[in-house]
Amino acid sequence: MDLQTIWFILITILFTGFFLLEGFDFGVGILLPFMSPGDRDRRAVINTIGPFWDGNEVWLISVGSAMFGAFPHWYATLFSGFYPLMLCMIVALMFRGVAFEFRSKQENPAWRSIWDWSIFGGSAVPAILWGVALANIIRGIPIDASMNYTGGFFDLFNPYALLCGLTSCCIFTLHGAVFLTMKTTAALNARAMVLAKRAWSAAMMLSAIFIVCTFLQTDLFQRLGINPGIVPVFSVLALISVRFMLNKNAAGWAFAMSSIAIAFSTFTIFRGLFPRVLVSSLNPKWSLTIYNAASSSYTLGILSIVALIFLPVIFLSQGWSYWIFRQRTSVDSEVEY
Amino acid sequence: MDTLFLARAQFAVTAVFHFIFVPLTLGLSIFTAILETAYVKTGQERYKQLTKFWGRLFLINFAVGVVTGIVMEFQFGMNWSQFSRFVGDVFGVPLAIEALFAFFIESTFLGIWMFGWNILPKALHAASIWIVALGSTMSALWILVANSFMQSPAGYRMAVNGLRAEMIDFSALFFNPHLWKQFPHVLAGGIVTAGFLVIAISSWHLVNGTKERRAFETSLKFGAIYAFIGSMLVVLAGHAQMQELLKTQPMKVAAAEALWNSENPASFSILTIGDEKELRDVFAIRVPRLLSVLAYNSFEGEVKGIRELQREYTARFGPGNYIPSVVTAYWSFRFMVGAGTAMLAISLFALYRVIRENYSFSRPAGRVLLWSCILPWIANSSGWILAETGRQPWVVFGLLKTEAGVSPASVVGQNALFLSLTLFLGLYLLLTVTEIVLIKKYAAAGLEGAE
Repeated sequence: MDLQTIWFILITILFTGFFLLEGFDFGVGILLPFMSPGDRDRRAVINTIGPFWDGNEVWLISVGSAMFGAFPHWYATLFSGFYPLMLCMIVALMFRGVAFEFRSKQENPAWRSIWDWSIFGGSAVPAILWGVALANIIRGIPIDASMNYTGGFFDLFNPYALLCGLTSCCIFTLHGAVFLTMKTTAALNARAMVLAKRAWSAAMMLSAIFIVCTFLQTDLFQRLGINPGIVPVFSVLALISVRFMLNKNAAGWAFAMSSIAIAFSTFTIFRGLFPRVLVSSLNPKWSLTIYNAASSSYTLGILSIVALIFLPVIFLSQGWSYWIFRQRTSVDSEVEY
Repeated sequence: MDTLFLARAQFAVTAVFHFIFVPLTLGLSIFTAILETAYVKTGQERYKQLTKFWGRLFLINFAVGVVTGIVMEFQFGMNWSQFSRFVGDVFGVPLAIEALFAFFIESTFLGIWMFGWNILPKALHAASIWIVALGSTMSALWILVANSFMQSPAGYRMAVNGLRAEMIDFSALFFNPHLWKQFPHVLAGGIVTAGFLVIAISSWHLVNGTKERRAFETSLKFGAIYAFIGSMLVVLAGHAQMQELLKTQPMKVAAAEALWNSENPASFSILTIGDEKELRDVFAIRVPRLLSVLAYNSFEGEVKGIRELQREYTARFGPGNYIPSVVTAYWSFRFMVGAGTAMLAISLFALYRVIRENYSFSRPAGRVLLWSCILPWIANSSGWILAETGRQPWVVFGLLKTEAGVSPASVVGQNALFLSLTLFLGLYLLLTVTEIVLIKKYAAAGLEGAE
């Protein structure tokens, strides 16, 4: 396997980590206004992701810097071409990031309400926009021979991409709801269960439409072939099974299943993309691939050593953090945020 | 307004605002870690209260530092796509280490530290804030590896017909002499920023007759020592960095000194009003020989002037204007050095009082100590303005001009840039004001407010 392929896989892993982890804290943020109007309750909800959300967001930063380093053209074309999308995403993430810290710092209900809605919007907007971005990446965008994006605003926000955005938003909401069933107690827990079931229905419906549209709009299915292997099939089965786990009150299993659904569908999308990283809708020859977008093999080699050393450190330290804060949060827990 | 101007304006806004928060994060993480270590060693409740007090302010500031950093991470690709294509191969490793190591341990262990007060054993809890401090320091180091490459390229070769720089020697990139002058300078800048905030808030409580007198005396003691060490380091590191710049970017030094013609021995400007078009003084007060002393630690030595360097660069790089904005470089240098000198004097005064254990300050002295917390910010901002504008017209010195690094106007147009610039400017002002309001509130609330 060549270094370019290794780095394509590593970036897939980083994206998967990001969707898997930040996915549930986006979901918790989206559900915040619908869990309970009470301030103590809301604090309990926010504190279920309190120790984790910032560490989860670093997966996104890592995606960005790994793309910059391993595939500079991918990074440059994607981020400059998706300018309005990236701008919305950054502004949303900025509001969200400070909201967690600022919210509890004043007693005033209007102040708390501003930051509650910042958490909601700051979670919902990126949850939608990542779907929009991925849809455009696999469907293709106008890229010219010099690797520059030539489309406009509505080339990005096309119906298929918006559908994908709604789907990703619903799946993250489900993932977050399931996380809440695992991490809350009493009335909050019952509420999370209700919301999780509703989110599941919406996610199932949208996913079905999304799969059909993806078949019509992209070459993903042709590339996966007649026998796509077990991964895409399992991602669908895992999503379906979330409902049964919830019915059995097996919150941990339900979370494992929604995690598998997210991880396996991310993997499927990137496998369909490989070895391209950005598809040109103008001319297949102008697509960015892992070869024409990559850094030199010297740089990729050193990057690989860096990943080899630090990825285990990340897994261990974040794993340890999840282990320390494994208890459920109740309204009587001491809260930081 | 063309896209180059707007993109530069946006970079200036986002970088300067980001660097309002980052040095405080750097300095305050280490400071909080020192206090908590004192708590673990002595078991005294006072240190625990102080750790929580400064930790609270640290967290408020940290949040803003993180979100302004997200913009920095992505705007290279968004606004400077051609630059990203050019440097990606070189920046890859330092930025990957920054994210995969520094940012991860910083944010993960910050979560553990924030929420772990009653869960973790004391020593482990203190260790986690040290890891946060290590993460902050490492992120500064690795982003400066990238910046040092822009200031003084090392360990690379030009490839693809000059369309990109490729790293060929990682150790040359990491042991770039520029980095090892710049990193101590930036780190010391972080230490003084935190040190002066600690001096300001502690002395404010002491002047205003706090009930928690003993704790804030301790706080002032730690703060004064910290600020003094930082001030000394920042002056020494700055001096070393300037001597390094004479070798790598003499034009930046000449512009910072408004030195139009080469001089030997060279004089140091106290006040110059110059004519940038004609490249001459309108009015100037200069100290003979002082610039040679600063440059070479000797009364002799030639410092090249702007005119001669322009001739040299034209011969080396082809026709063009290689002179940065002299008025910006000159005044940012003066603000930085002026603020630095004042910091050294004030931290010395605070240290003197601490050694004498005399903590009763008069109202005017209290006012000076309170407002001195602005000095490090003046020095930090003007230092970066000098570093980045003094390098112009280059974005990567000698290799890529700024105008060649910007995203093509067909991809990122004027309207998009104008919108993002306005949004970021508005948002950053909002965040800065909110942070100041909250820091004031929690600083004034004293130790009990942090519980």
